[in-house]
Amino acid sequence: MNLLKNLAISDTGFVFNPATGDSFSVNPIGLDILKHLKDGKSENEIRKHLLESYQTDKETVEKDLYDFFKMLDQLRLTEHD
Amino acid sequence: MTKSKLTIAVTGLNNIDSPGPGIPVIRGLKESKHFNCRIIGLSYDAMEPGIYMHEVVDKTYQIPLPSAGQQSLLTRLEYIHQQEKLDVIIPNFDAELYNFIKLQDTLKSMGIATFLPTLEQFEERHKSALPAFGEKYGIKVPKSRMINSMAEIHNLAYEFGYPLVVKGKFYDASIAYSPDQAMAYFNKISGKWGLPIIIQQYTPGTEVNLTGLGDGKGKLTGAVPMRKTYITDKGKAWAGVTLEDKELMKIAEKMVAGNKWRGGFELEMIRTDRNEYYLIEINPRFPAWVHLATGSGQNHPEALVRMALGEDVNPYKRYEVGKMFVRYSWDQIVDLKEFENISTFGEL
Repeated sequence: MNLLKNLAISDTGFVFNPATGDSFSVNPIGLDILKHLKDGKSENEIRKHLLESYQTDKETVEKDLYDFFKMLDQLRLTEHD
Repeated sequence: MTKSKLTIAVTGLNNIDSPGPGIPVIRGLKESKHFNCRIIGLSYDAMEPGIYMHEVVDKTYQIPLPSAGQQSLLTRLEYIHQQEKLDVIIPNFDAELYNFIKLQDTLKSMGIATFLPTLEQFEERHKSALPAFGEKYGIKVPKSRMINSMAEIHNLAYEFGYPLVVKGKFYDASIAYSPDQAMAYFNKISGKWGLPIIIQQYTPGTEVNLTGLGDGKGKLTGAVPMRKTYITDKGKAWAGVTLEDKELMKIAEKMVAGNKWRGGFELEMIRTDRNEYYLIEINPRFPAWVHLATGSGQNHPEALVRMALGEDVNPYKRYEVGKMFVRYSWDQIVDLKEFENISTFGEL
């Protein structure tokens, strides 16, 4: 999954899509995921990072990450090769 | 650098819930780095808020409604020019532009500069002529046609399907979901703006707009795209944000290169989910949100005045993406004497 190249992500979790004018807020974990996506990390790398950084289990990460990625898709914040 | 001092007359002081562009244009002029200016407001109605905004408008004169014709307007402008020695006039209403375009040479001979589209440019972008305009300049336009009577509404279902858009020749547009609604909007809009009414195919998508300035020679002097982020019940932007929209910029460049547009303009477009752009309207003057262009780094009103005075203005290359405007309303306290003066003497 690739985030839109020109997506603006601030350290506060404020996300701005300059092509549509849409803006969003994400919580610190969402911001963490977006930053990893922006850095070009793969889904597996992000999964691993979340399991290492937060007190959680594999199933929860799997489910929440799936929901989060789906939402990014629906909000048209991603681009596909 | 010493700034020159100009006297600039501006219309469109109706800074109401569906605002005219006058006050935002003036704010751009007041922020000019090239000139200082005395602003002369030209008003049509004693209730236009700009008349009483003395920190923005230095003096206001009532002018005759466009329906009174060119001669009445000219007579009034001659009087105002005698009092104020105008350097430039910036008309900001669609309905008054015809008269000003016709008078521009006379005004020039009086020493008053304007920077207006030609009559041909003005006429060919009329809502009723938009399909032909789109074809001529290679811009997609939703199917539309003019109607002059309610009887024609019955056939629209076959031709356009519902919903469809009912538009006035100058202002107003409503989406009708049934023939009954189409008839109601036909009556409402034609009662206000007259006939014909324009019926336009409804195009689902996101409305994106662009405020621009053409130099009259085929170059785009400035352009800033915007999406409305808060819309009033009249469909007007109460808030908006500048966009990075290369496709919309290309469309504006293509139009200006093709028709050599002279002056300010606004493109109203629909961007569909497939990223196709449909032109729904071209306004032949700055929009009411033009101050967002100034705020994001392109002072279009200033550039227009400089070009009107014959200066070469370098096209703007950049603007700040993600700059917002948020409109507000403000109750001005006005002495009855002021209202009396503008109502009785036509000056304040």
